[in-house]
Parts: sequence; structure tokens; C-alpha cells
Amino acid sequence: MSLEVSLQHQFPRFALDVSFSAPEGVTVLFGRSGSGKTTVVNAVAGLFRPQSGRLVLQGECLFDSQQRLTVPSHRRRMGYVFQEGRLFPHLTVQQNLKFGRWFAPRDADLVPVERVVTLLGIEHLLKRKPGALSGGEKQRVAIGRALLSGPRLLLMDEPLAALDEPRKAEILPYLERLRDETRIPILYVSHSLAEVGRLATTVVILENGKIVRSGPAAEVLSDPEVVPTLGIREAGAVVAAKVLQHHDDGLTELSVSSGRLLLPQCQAAPGSELRLRILAHEVILSLKPPEQISALNQLPATVISIHEGSGPGVIVVLQSGTDRLLARLTRRSAQALALAPGTLCFAIIKSVAIAQRDVGTSGSPLDPFE
Amino acid sequence: MNGLSPEEWEAVRLSLQVALWATLVSLPLGIGVAVLLARTHFRGKQLLNGLVHLPLILPPVVTGYLLLMLFGRRGPLGAFLEEAFGVVIAFRWTGAALACGLMGFPLMVRAIRLALEAVDPKLEQAAQTLGANRFLTFVLVTLPLILPGIVAGAILSFAKAMGEFGATITFVSSIPGETQTLPSAIYALLQVPGGESGALRLVLVSVLIAFGALAASEWLAQSVARRISGS
Repeated sequence: MSLEVSLQHQFPRFALDVSFSAPEGVTVLFGRSGSGKTTVVNAVAGLFRPQSGRLVLQGECLFDSQQRLTVPSHRRRMGYVFQEGRLFPHLTVQQNLKFGRWFAPRDADLVPVERVVTLLGIEHLLKRKPGALSGGEKQRVAIGRALLSGPRLLLMDEPLAALDEPRKAEILPYLERLRDETRIPILYVSHSLAEVGRLATTVVILENGKIVRSGPAAEVLSDPEVVPTLGIREAGAVVAAKVLQHHDDGLTELSVSSGRLLLPQCQAAPGSELRLRILAHEVILSLKPPEQISALNQLPATVISIHEGSGPGVIVVLQSGTDRLLARLTRRSAQALALAPGTLCFAIIKSVAIAQRDVGTSGSPLDPFE
Repeated sequence: MNGLSPEEWEAVRLSLQVALWATLVSLPLGIGVAVLLARTHFRGKQLLNGLVHLPLILPPVVTGYLLLMLFGRRGPLGAFLEEAFGVVIAFRWTGAALACGLMGFPLMVRAIRLALEAVDPKLEQAAQTLGANRFLTFVLVTLPLILPGIVAGAILSFAKAMGEFGATITFVSSIPGETQTLPSAIYALLQVPGGESGALRLVLVSVLIAFGALAASEWLAQSVARRISGS
């Protein structure tokens, strides 16, 4: 189950030239607006024909400019979730959901409608028309419609961008369940690092039509070289964690590879696995085990490398257990502590720094769609 | 007011028949031409656009005369139709329907084209990614969405056909019971002394039919819009 992409197209103002592969799970195309993300997804869907390139999905060639081969959009069997939903206004939610099913081939591996309806929590909307739905409801129906067409790949072009924060928070858990409970690979366009940290298995970073970096999410996000692209305030590592127990004072104890963390307001049940995003500017370094300090979370770490930019700050890459962390310090503090590769230190993380919306559940072994 | 005479009833019936056929036959053509003009690019598109609009700018008498030259029994198309199918159009009610349909065609195409241009092509793209080919996309998505425009176009064409005079009288004359529609009957009555009261009755009937068509189109458009918005 994978998608191989190689596309080149010369636009009047910029050139698109990308090659990457999207394995199982969620591959996030990340980049600023205008970096070419949507063009790539449209080319994969067959809505845009690039000047040259090749697309292969599960061994089937969908587009090959050298062989002059283009499989038309309606035969590609991709579930596309658009930014604006694009529900058919004249059909009910139920008819919208079943639209793609009318055309799915008989041998398609179709998910039962009831299961998707339950997964997305849209039972009560089935008889309504899209005009009577809220933005979040529309987007859930759009996701269901794409999923029910029996797709071999799901394409999602910033499905949350048009929504406000509460609506985003409403839909993200459904996307996580989708990632964890179906085997369909997802190509997901986003310019929000919070979404990347929460959903991505693989990250492809685009800038001006070119790929800056691509690879497994934890690796790419903790790579100091991509910090300038991601934006210094958003830089941070993604760490896997397991819920140990909930304490009476509202804090939840989690274990990570190098120790334990305390996190406020976490609803996940003990034993469940989470992904935490730890922002670089929320990490403080200390050479000694800190005492009498308000921050609750301390992890032992080893400095791997120190990256200097043009400004007064530096990014320190740390190995903590099997995880990588990023810390953003001033150059002056780095010198005062005499930090160098190999230095043993303690990473102090303010527990408030682990924002709830950045906490995602990671893949669970159970798969109700099998 | 006393009732209509049999001849007057005949004019009303004939007018409705002519307008209905003119509308029904030109509707699929109108949708096709509107799709060509709104959604495709080809050489000669401007020429087609000009031809469609020609009846709107030419004097109706000129359109009628051109029809007579083409479809008259000695005209190239008229002779062909009579030889090949035994169909005669000139001076028959079918000829009146042809003239009326032609005069209403630009109005119909315009209404449907406007509706087509208001449909977001992104919805059609969405249908394609869901597996619908171009034809099914048109039938399942585009057509239902332009239904208000089609209704409006059909009503406009029908109203135009009910009132068409110049092209009809030039092409098929004004034969009572065969080609004498409401406007030509009114005109004929005004030409004879004492015909004013009959003309007045037919004028009233015309006004009633026009208002009826308008009300029907309003009601249709609203019920279609309600179905689409789902409120």
C-alpha cells in the first residue's frame, strides 16, 4: 500500500518539481500557502495534468508522461476531501454519502455505511441537506463521502483550514480514528504544525514547489535544519508516550522512553498511547538535576548537536532515551553552560507547555475494518 | 362579457399548442447549446453565439422571410423535408412552432447559460473524484443544480412563443385554424369593422395566460430552490 509521486510542471511564476513516496499511514504535505501542496494533490487526483512525471499507486500506473498515459479522474478511485467540503447541495447527507458508491467497482473493498456513519458521529444528520449543516458537520460528511466511495487512497486538502478552533478540535479525533482504524493511506495537506504533530506518520516539507525534507514524522520534526522552514516558534519534537495513571489533582502521569511526565487535563484511559509535541522554546536545559523549581517535568538527555542560525538563538538537539528533543536557547546561555555534543544535561519541560490540542492518540493495534 | 366564439377558442388552443411544442422541442437543444457556450472552448464559438442571438437583433419580419426562403416548399430545406419525409412546414402550425421556437431560443439559451455559469465547477470535480464520468456528473450534479435556470428559460421561451407575431405571420401567414395564433387573430380582428370586442376578449385571454405563466414559473423556481437548499 503505497503511492509513488514524481511531478514536474513549469508555471509562469514558479516551477514544481517533487518526488516522494507515501507509505501506509498519514503522509502530510506541509508548506506555506503557494508552495504547491494543493497542485500536487490535484495532480494525484487527476484534476490537474502536470507537464511531466509519473504516479504509481499500489503498483498501478495512474500517470506517466513518457508513455502518454493518464488515467481519468473518475477511474482513479481516490477519496478527495476538499478544503470547502464541496457537498452536493441538492442531495441529502445520506445521498451525498452514497454518491461514490454508485460508481465503485463490484470488487471494491467497501466499508459498511453504518460503520462510517458511527465513526464520524453523523447519524442524526442523514436526512438533512448540506445547507442546514454547520462547517464541522459538513466536513465530517465530506470525509465520510470520500471514505465510502471505496478509495484506494484518501486525499485531504486542508480539511480543517476553513474551521475555527473548536470545530477543528471536534474533527481531529475522527481523523485520528480514521488513520488508526482503516488501512487506507492518507495524503494530507496542511500548514498547521499542530495537525502535523498529531496526525503525521510521514512528513514531506514543500517550499516554492520543491521538497525541502521528507521522512518519518518524528525524524523530520526534530531535525534542526528544517526549523527555519517550520518557523522558530513552532519548532518542536514529537514524542511517543503511554498513559500510566490519573492523579487526584487533575494531572496525568505518562511514561516516555527516558522517564515520566505529568500532563494536565488528559482524558485518555490508562494504558493508551499518545503522541506529545514538545515545542523547542518550552524546553530549558540544566547541567545538574534541578531542585526547588516549579517545573514538574525533567528528563535526562545528551546533547547531540547545536545549530546556530543568524539570530541570537541556537537550537540544541538532544537524545533522551530513544526520543529526540529540541531545545531553543540563546547563544549566550549555550556558551555559559559550555554545551557541546556529548554533554549530559536535564531537559526541563514546563507541564503547561504540552498543549492539549497537540496531544494525539497513536496507532492502536485493533482494526475494526478488517 | 360574453364567451369566446369557436374561432377565438381555436386561436387560443392553437397558440398554446404552438408555444408548447416550440418550447418542448427547443429545450434539449437549448440545454446543449448553453453547455457548449458555457463549458467548452472551440473554434467558431463566437459564430455560434452570434447565430443563436441573431433572432433577437434581426427584425422579426426578416427572420420570418429567411425561414420562408429556407423552409418554403421551394426552399432548399423545405424541398428536402418534403421529398425525404413528406413533411411540409410552410403555412402549417408546425411552421408557426418553428418560428416561435427560433424567436424564443436566444432567451432560453441565455437563462440556461447563466445558470450553468453559476454552478461551481468544483462540485463537478468532486463528483469526478467520486467516480462519476462526465456524462453522469452532468446528469447527477449539474442538471439538478441548473433546474431553476432551465425552468426560467422554458417559461421565457413559452411566453415569447405566445406573443410572437412578425416572424410567424411572414413565414406561415395567418390561416384561421391552422396558423392563426392569438396575436395574428387579434391583428386580424382589428382589421375588420366591429372586430374590437373580439380583439378585446383575446387581449384579456393573452394577459391571463401571461400572468399564469409568470405565476407558474415563480412557483416552480421557488419549489426547486427549496429542494436544493434543503431548508
